[in-house]
Amino acid sequence: MKNKLRVALVGNPNTGKSTIFNSLTGLNQKIGNFPGVTVDKKSGLSKMPDGEFIEIIDLPGTYSLYPKSADETIVFEVLSHKENPSFPDLVVVVADATNLKRNLLLYTQIADLGLPVIIALNMMDLAAKGNMDIDVDTLAKRLNIPIIPLAARKSQGIEALKNAIQYQTKMPLQLPTIDVEAIAPDLISDISDLLTIENSYVALQIAHQHEHLKYLSKTQIDQIKILVDKHQFHSQKAQASETIARYHFINDVLLDTVKYKSVALEENISNKIDHYLTHKIWGLVIFVGVLFAIFQSIFAWSEYPMFLIETVFVWLAEMGHQYLPSGALTNLLIDGVLAGLSGVMVFIPQIALLFAFISILEDTGYMSRVTFMLDRLMRKVGLSGKSVVPLIGGLACAVPSIMSARTIENWKDRMITIMVTPLVSCSARLPIYTLLISLVVPKKMLLGFINLQGLALMSLYLLSIVTAILVAWIMKGLIRSNLKSYFIMELPVYRLPRWNNVGITMYESVKTFVTQAGKVIIAVAIILWVLASYGPTNQFEKITQKYQSKTYISQYSSQEINRLIASEKLENSYAGLLGKSIEPGIKPLGFDWKIGIALITSFAAREVFVGTMATLYSVDGDATKMESVREKMAGAIRADTGEKVFTTATAFSLMIFYAFAMQCMSTMAVVYRETKSIKWPIIQFSYMLVLAYISSFIVYQLLK
Amino acid sequence: MKLSQLGVGEQGIIKEFTDLEMSVKLMEMGCLPGEVIKVDRVAPFGDPIAVSIAGYQLSLRKKEASTIELV
Repeated sequence: MKNKLRVALVGNPNTGKSTIFNSLTGLNQKIGNFPGVTVDKKSGLSKMPDGEFIEIIDLPGTYSLYPKSADETIVFEVLSHKENPSFPDLVVVVADATNLKRNLLLYTQIADLGLPVIIALNMMDLAAKGNMDIDVDTLAKRLNIPIIPLAARKSQGIEALKNAIQYQTKMPLQLPTIDVEAIAPDLISDISDLLTIENSYVALQIAHQHEHLKYLSKTQIDQIKILVDKHQFHSQKAQASETIARYHFINDVLLDTVKYKSVALEENISNKIDHYLTHKIWGLVIFVGVLFAIFQSIFAWSEYPMFLIETVFVWLAEMGHQYLPSGALTNLLIDGVLAGLSGVMVFIPQIALLFAFISILEDTGYMSRVTFMLDRLMRKVGLSGKSVVPLIGGLACAVPSIMSARTIENWKDRMITIMVTPLVSCSARLPIYTLLISLVVPKKMLLGFINLQGLALMSLYLLSIVTAILVAWIMKGLIRSNLKSYFIMELPVYRLPRWNNVGITMYESVKTFVTQAGKVIIAVAIILWVLASYGPTNQFEKITQKYQSKTYISQYSSQEINRLIASEKLENSYAGLLGKSIEPGIKPLGFDWKIGIALITSFAAREVFVGTMATLYSVDGDATKMESVREKMAGAIRADTGEKVFTTATAFSLMIFYAFAMQCMSTMAVVYRETKSIKWPIIQFSYMLVLAYISSFIVYQLLK
Repeated sequence: MKLSQLGVGEQGIIKEFTDLEMSVKLMEMGCLPGEVIKVDRVAPFGDPIAVSIAGYQLSLRKKEASTIELV
């Protein structure tokens, strides 16, 4: 296993690197972590023509070894450190033939690192169509490396690439590109001596990047700092002269290998499309239309599969209760684990669909236009054009939306987006809203055509979006970042989506969600189940004894007695005791201890609220029987005052609480996964709780 | 003349940059002195802009475009 050949894919964004990665590995992929850094590591196995498997690592797309985003720092980190577990035997530079000059900049940097390297020259079909003539053989001779022409979207050249990888020697053959040592001769030799590095360009890059390289020790970083000061090394000036020297080399190489005949055809078409898609008025209208279509489809198409998943789990639970020996273990398995699992699985259709649509938008190039159109608007509140997609996705579910915030390069923009996305009203809040609105808002028409209940619901949604934007604006001033925000972004030409990539994206996002978030959700579901099912032993025994007395047996049917027992047991369970213990704290919001229990049980997922209400009010523990829950809740009376529990003030206070509080374990798990730090989910949970508490308090006190 | 002063459809040749940090990022993206740069369109809210450079399209904010000095 250890001697397996390891190949790293490197290249500019939009070069078809991920298509090539998918073609090489298929579904043999895994997403892991690069040790010590917050970047996903995509790797996979590829079968070579000789039957051997090699490991392919897909490094983040970048325009240069000088990183602009946190993700890009990993490229040099991996390629410059032989002890890195991902250090490759061979680098494949994926280059876009239609954009060769800019793509070769990264190649010359990689080549100078002294690793064996080959070029996968992609999009050769488009280059030919665009009347661009590339003499691949001469280019290969000039650089002295194998160059494999590909049209990855048409699966052309993949076999040739595999052959080239298989027969590649372990020696770097490429000719040097620029005189690296001339840039900072003394500094390079001092750093090379200090760290015993043979390659001058690695030494030079370390001079630039030493501050954030994970493999350097604190002492080494300090020593390099002293050397950098001693030789008066100016990082940006050195980088500028290096870039200019590299382009001189590239221009020289391209002079007799590439002949341009006219402007690329594809680009003209893209320009024409953009005339409408980024138009001042039509561009925005079309964008809203696209979003509307996506959300309609997500809700419409996921309804049936979600119903199917629920049905299967209900059936499984019934079968389990029927055939497994009854006892605590079975209850834990069915009401704890299985219930928790179904809470996870039911989101799969929405996640898969949302990711499929996002992947299509990205693949076609439309996403970069959305970013382009809305950047100014979003920048005003501390977000970026790229935050639009996660925020809107939040209307369906915050979990995949937070995952999709990965496309935001700027760290601060991305963090703010992740922090505010859960404020947007997701589909899990809908059942709570509908239940409570139907309790307190009369089914009346305003001005004859505005449905009052609908108006209340829409206001809640609008409120959530406005709050998200306000919080983003506040965070903009709170989060410190030394990374300058800028917006230099390629607008790739429009292309048809690659269905294969869409499929793999769906599969990968679902797999990640189920394995990563699933673990946490199930753990919490089990804990909550235990809390809600057990209480101080003597009290539970008393309850059972109480209902065994003749007065109850004669008065109620056995079914009703079971319900009464369940209700009273919940009241005296640890969850119930918790609800009572927090009652003084939530009283100013208009909540009693029963709502307190619902708040605790629905900590893991908001949907649990309706089910808990059903159990608490001694209705069949079935959330689908909404109508009967509603009646019982409407008739509920406060024991101390004799007033109704669900007054308008309490209901609205409760809705506001659910709108703002982070009652979703899946979201917290995914925020932890995406930020790879426990700090962010804690901050998020706290600020949302404070916001929810204060807002509910104000609403209750005003409406009381 | 700065790039930010060009109207839609107008073009110029890059002379130099007035901001070192921006110049490094821009050059990496193919914006080099001597290259022809053309303004293709402006975003609906007036910023950023889209330009054609070195055979592809790039978008950048006006603030960034103002660091590019044209011949």
